[in-house]
Amino acid sequence: MPIPLPTINLIDISPEMTLGVFGLVILLLDLFLRREGKGYLAVLSLIGVGGAFYASLRLWGSSHYSLSQSIVVDNLSLFFNAIFLLGTAMVILMSVSYIRREGINLGEYYSLLLFSTLGMLIISSGNDLIILFLGLELVSIPLYILSGFARTNLKSNEAALKYLLLGVFATAFLLYGIALIYGSTGTIKLPLIAKMLADTAISSNPLLFIGMGLLIIGFGFKVALVPFHMWTPDVYEGAPTSVTAFMSVGVKAAGFAALLRILLTALDKLQFSWVSILVVLAILTMTVGNVIALAQTNIKRMLAYSSIAHAGYILVGLVAGSRLGVSSILFYLVVYALMNLGAFAVVILVGRKGDQSLHINDYAGLGYRYPLMGAAMSVFLLSLAGIPPTAGFVGKFYIFSAAVKEGFIKLAIIGVLNSALSLFYYLRVMVIMYMREPEKKEVSPIHFSPGLVIALLIAVLGILYLGILPSRVIDLAADAIGTFISG
Amino acid sequence: MNPYGGFPLLSILVFLPLVGALLILLLNKKRVEQIRVVALVTSLVVFVLSLPLFFNFDSSTHQLQWMEKKPWIPHYGISYFIGIDGISLLLVLLTTFISVLAILSSWKAITERVKGYMMFMLLLETGMLGVFVAQDLFLFYIFWEAMLIPMYFLIGVWGGPRKIYAAVKFFLYTMVGSLLMLVAILSLYHIGGGVTFDLYELLKVPLTGHQQLWLFLGFFLAFAIKIPMFPFHTWLPDAHVEAPTAGSVILAGVLLKMGVYGFLRFCLPLFPDASIEFMPIIAVLAIIGIIYGALVSMVQPDLKRLVAFSSVSHLGFCMLGIFAFNILGMEGGILQMVNHGLSTGALFLLVGMIYERRHTRMIADFGGLSKVLPLFAAFFGIVTLSSIGLPGLNGFVGEFLILVGSFLSRPLYAILATTGVVLAAVYMLWMFQRVMYGELDKPENKVLKDLSVREIVVIVPIIALIFFIGVFPRPFLRRMDASVQHLVLQMEAKKSKEPLYVEGMKERIREFFHKEEISAD
Repeated sequence: MPIPLPTINLIDISPEMTLGVFGLVILLLDLFLRREGKGYLAVLSLIGVGGAFYASLRLWGSSHYSLSQSIVVDNLSLFFNAIFLLGTAMVILMSVSYIRREGINLGEYYSLLLFSTLGMLIISSGNDLIILFLGLELVSIPLYILSGFARTNLKSNEAALKYLLLGVFATAFLLYGIALIYGSTGTIKLPLIAKMLADTAISSNPLLFIGMGLLIIGFGFKVALVPFHMWTPDVYEGAPTSVTAFMSVGVKAAGFAALLRILLTALDKLQFSWVSILVVLAILTMTVGNVIALAQTNIKRMLAYSSIAHAGYILVGLVAGSRLGVSSILFYLVVYALMNLGAFAVVILVGRKGDQSLHINDYAGLGYRYPLMGAAMSVFLLSLAGIPPTAGFVGKFYIFSAAVKEGFIKLAIIGVLNSALSLFYYLRVMVIMYMREPEKKEVSPIHFSPGLVIALLIAVLGILYLGILPSRVIDLAADAIGTFISG
Repeated sequence: MNPYGGFPLLSILVFLPLVGALLILLLNKKRVEQIRVVALVTSLVVFVLSLPLFFNFDSSTHQLQWMEKKPWIPHYGISYFIGIDGISLLLVLLTTFISVLAILSSWKAITERVKGYMMFMLLLETGMLGVFVAQDLFLFYIFWEAMLIPMYFLIGVWGGPRKIYAAVKFFLYTMVGSLLMLVAILSLYHIGGGVTFDLYELLKVPLTGHQQLWLFLGFFLAFAIKIPMFPFHTWLPDAHVEAPTAGSVILAGVLLKMGVYGFLRFCLPLFPDASIEFMPIIAVLAIIGIIYGALVSMVQPDLKRLVAFSSVSHLGFCMLGIFAFNILGMEGGILQMVNHGLSTGALFLLVGMIYERRHTRMIADFGGLSKVLPLFAAFFGIVTLSSIGLPGLNGFVGEFLILVGSFLSRPLYAILATTGVVLAAVYMLWMFQRVMYGELDKPENKVLKDLSVREIVVIVPIIALIFFIGVFPRPFLRRMDASVQHLVLQMEAKKSKEPLYVEGMKERIREFFHKEEISAD
């Protein structure tokens, strides 16, 4: 008797497949390349990312389920794909000279980056809880390795171990939450969960709420919400800077993608419940992130806490939840990717072998020695703080607008005050760059590798463009949720 | 109205300094003379281009003139909407005028990193002009915030010994107020249905007393910090003292006016009920500002700090005039803004000149200067008298109109404010006497050179205007008439016929206690 095979439309997963193939090919080719030839692997991985991007572009406009309804291919997933792939491309550009400088120029680096991105792509298309879980694991495991990539650096090893232990811990919470939700609704497919919750007998099941809580905790760890953020500063500081850049942008975006799908599709009926939890988390995250960042003198740690605070702002958008709220999150993630990656690119440029020169005082006088780089860093800092006419302002404007519209005015006020608070530590770096003289006279010149320069250019131009003419991307973000939410 | 058939004069005005700044970006930073000339020429061109705005202004209408409106972010209803009317006309001219003088005054004063300095001065001019012409709330907010960055750098890089402290304080203080204004703007937008940020559309949105109250407060904080009103004024002395001369000139001459302008353009038309309710509180704060500013000025040993606190005092007058809610008071307030810009700007310029010579601003280090610097003393004297409000000079016209207008509204306030006029005479004349007259006992003062040609060129235009406005203010007042009249009528019309919110609350509280008494019997 013929076995009925499920119909798999490979086009639907073409972005994922592209990345997977390229990742494997790079692993293989790495065996045959000598040390000097590793640069080709970077080019190859960029081609892979480009290919996945093209594949996603071709799918734009679709809106259907695939693979027995375990994945959904709609504009939202493709928009997220674009964010992830853009981020990865910029990280690869930033990494080339960095890993050479740090002596960790191995082909596996690029492969692991690609596999992690593959996990992100899986998350963005996920339509059931197990796929989302799978994607999240695929994102995290290469990163456990990548954070410890600088094998001889003690801090890097510490970072890897901390990330692994806490990540696994988070995964356990996540799995338990998934199990409880499955237990109470009988299904793992997001739309079906939503359907089941229409029945009040099921939706008042306490196990469901516990499961939802555990889910939020699990994702909270991954996205570094307060009070699940304790690992972030140490891991971000210890990991190689390019990996930190990747983590701060990609993993957060992926975590929010998953959270978005679950909370707004599956657990939509429970909104009254998770909104209040998220409001508290948002306030905590923004405030704690900004307050502790004030005290930091290591620039990587400062950026780590700043990224925690930004996760808080994104949560405000999630709390708003409406069309406006979700499209504001999408826009903000694009902007956040650009400005964060740009800032980390500058950190890589200013740093020295062995991850030195990370103290903010090492930035003294940088605005005059390297005026263009100083100007670029100023643009990133102003954008992170949310000052017009940068994209960061438009992003925050969008998010707070969504919050105000849904009636969360006090939350918007807290968010806005936090923005003012964050200004202090962003301005401090600018003050040091332009208004302080360098202490030590002996500073080796900065080596501007082409990859880093390209990444910087993309970031600066992107931020200025999105700050002055954000209309196209805003419309794209609004389109992306066209089929997603029903109002 | 667009007398040149669609010629975008205002956009050119606003963005020409930006173009100039980009030009300077391309110049070699060592060619300092070239940079200075390009900056000066740019600001001169902007000034000359702004003159047609004045001379071809149609005084018969309150409608926006030289209007330009293009959609910018249609998804949000944000448009690039600019224009001027009687209220902003004089402020725009003040901006272009003062910018030229500020750049000219920095010729010898700034010798390091001239390129960055001139770029920021021009960027600042773009921001300031943008604030005065924007008619879309989002656009206004962008220019309002964007202006902070150049000012922050100007103070922080080219400033005095405590420049970083002053710059960061200025930035953070202003930013907090502005951010709360952002929340108010967003709320207003959403109450209006989330359709547009166009001011004239938003004016049509009906607001309850409760909504008006909170929205007014949101805007109030931002503008009050900018003016600065007591008690939000503490950033001003530090910023003024530590800023380079031209920075102080622009700060006092133009930036402070934006707060008052904000009230006129947004708070009064959008929230008339709330404005009327808050009027007593604001008037009291204004009067406190007038008297407190004057008293503190009196005891300052540093010339620049003295002038800084005098700004608090003068702008208290402007606010009092505006919140008299009649034509006399408002026209007085707007004119006085221009006057203050001229006279205080001139004061800072003159203080800067003496600082360039002696590298000190302490009054105690001077004395008898009129013997050595007769021309300087003459100009200083004229500006001092203008600041006091001597009849015949510009300050008198503005102050008189304000006091009369305020008297018509609440006589008590006018009476209290008039003491401020007396106090102004005290601190200014005493300062002048200590610096210019008396014994020329310090040897360093004996060898000072009088004003150079460049310095004369910087001061004389202001002196000329001081006399002109003092004797013949009609051309300036005439152009404001239609718009101010419209504003007053608009407020009357939009005012709700219901009892005021605060009054209503007081009634309820009174009733509540009354009931308690009755039941206790």
